[in-house]
Amino acid sequence: METGSFRTALELLATLDPDVTSALAVSLEVAAISTVLAALLGCPLGFLVATRDFRGRWLAEVALRTATALPTVVVGLVTYALLSRSGPLGMLGLLYTRTAMVLGETILVTPLIAALTMAVVSGADPRIEETALTLGASRTRAALTVLAEMKRGLMAALATGFGRLISELGIALMVGGNIRGVTRTMTTAIALETAKGDFALAFALGCLLLAVALVVNAAVAAWSLMVPGARPC
Amino acid sequence: MQRPLLPCWLLIAMLAALPIRPVGAESRLRLSTTTSTEESGLLAAILPRFEQRFGIRVEVIAVGSGKALKLAENGDVDAVLSHAPELERRFLEAGLGVNPRSVMENDFVLVGPPSDPAGVRNAATVAEAMGKIAAARAPFLSRGDESGTHQKEKALWRAAGIEPKGEWYLSAGLGMGEVLRMAQERRAYTLSDRGTFAAYRAKGDLAIVHEGDPALANPYTVIAVNPARHRHVHYVEAMILIAWLTSPEGQEQIGAFRVGGQALFRPTAIPPQ
Repeated sequence: METGSFRTALELLATLDPDVTSALAVSLEVAAISTVLAALLGCPLGFLVATRDFRGRWLAEVALRTATALPTVVVGLVTYALLSRSGPLGMLGLLYTRTAMVLGETILVTPLIAALTMAVVSGADPRIEETALTLGASRTRAALTVLAEMKRGLMAALATGFGRLISELGIALMVGGNIRGVTRTMTTAIALETAKGDFALAFALGCLLLAVALVVNAAVAAWSLMVPGARPC
Repeated sequence: MQRPLLPCWLLIAMLAALPIRPVGAESRLRLSTTTSTEESGLLAAILPRFEQRFGIRVEVIAVGSGKALKLAENGDVDAVLSHAPELERRFLEAGLGVNPRSVMENDFVLVGPPSDPAGVRNAATVAEAMGKIAAARAPFLSRGDESGTHQKEKALWRAAGIEPKGEWYLSAGLGMGEVLRMAQERRAYTLSDRGTFAAYRAKGDLAIVHEGDPALANPYTVIAVNPARHRHVHYVEAMILIAWLTSPEGQEQIGAFRVGGQALFRPTAIPPQ
């Protein structure tokens, strides 16, 4: 790698080149919104599978765990087929927008957050929910109490989901289209710069991506320590 | 059970608030195109002028020509700029696109290791050169992705009367830049458009081993998606882009585009006087 080109790449990062900041903003926006949506869907789902007895519960558990291994290109392909103008949801005109990316990424990471929630809640003391019910809480209220007790584990689940999303390439490329300034993310920009043979810029973008992951995880770790009852790791 | 509805409403509210940005007076156009026009930097260099002048933002989706035409067929883009004459002919015959205009051309080059193990440099024609590679069973890397370059490569093998098969023939399924990198690593021959090869920054010691045969011509055509087939397409915007690309100003911009002092595309829309 030429040192000159690497210096140029670092300069692009340091001077907040608009292409770089826009890719960073798109990455953060899509990953953050998708994580929140996946949490709204995945946490209740994981909670129900972990705490309710129903026929086929074992099957649901296996299905959830299997879905955490969903290949991103398969989710990308399915989302593409759904959203293409020639597909069932084509009239919405969503393909190659950030909304399409959010949809695909949410599908990808909901099972992951659900499975992690399931694991966290299974480890919770069953008396928490019973006590809440005894004290006259509604079932929803009792469930929220359990989830609140487990908030550190849940936050770790969300951070894991966010980490998977911000580093995701397949869906971003297939349903986002890597449009400059619109749907170009950090990862699709890295793929493009690598294809162009500009390894220095690709590498610099990769460092920036890691830095974002570091900041997010450091924030979550700091928050966990401040929560009452936290044990130092 | 009133409460569980809350997450649903939150979800709907968030979906509604998702980044569908107001476009205001600015209109938008989607162009699917080949990797060569994006990876060489051409579109990034010339389109801002068009966008500023007409207030039309162009969203470029760079894929192989085969897929670019497929996106146009599905109505996922408004116009397509490709370099695959045979596919374009079929695309137009099927009524999928209208108003094709030739925009520019460059040419394909055979590239390979400078040591040239198959002795391709002495070949008089590209057919002879391909024959030498096959006879020497020297590694040849194919794009293998139905792109314009892949179409051209298949046509060249056909013209040379060779069916490329065997361990020496590697099908990558990747874009041009990635294939150039692989060719360099694997010491293989490959076919590249001159633009991407010139713009590729990490080509190492890959060298042009054959060029100049008329069979290596590489014409680029822009086509508007048939608005009768897909009513939602931005047909007028597409036609403005086609008009500008083939106008004296657009053609002049294409001709003036340089990478490392080298012109990569020759404008062809306006016949010389």
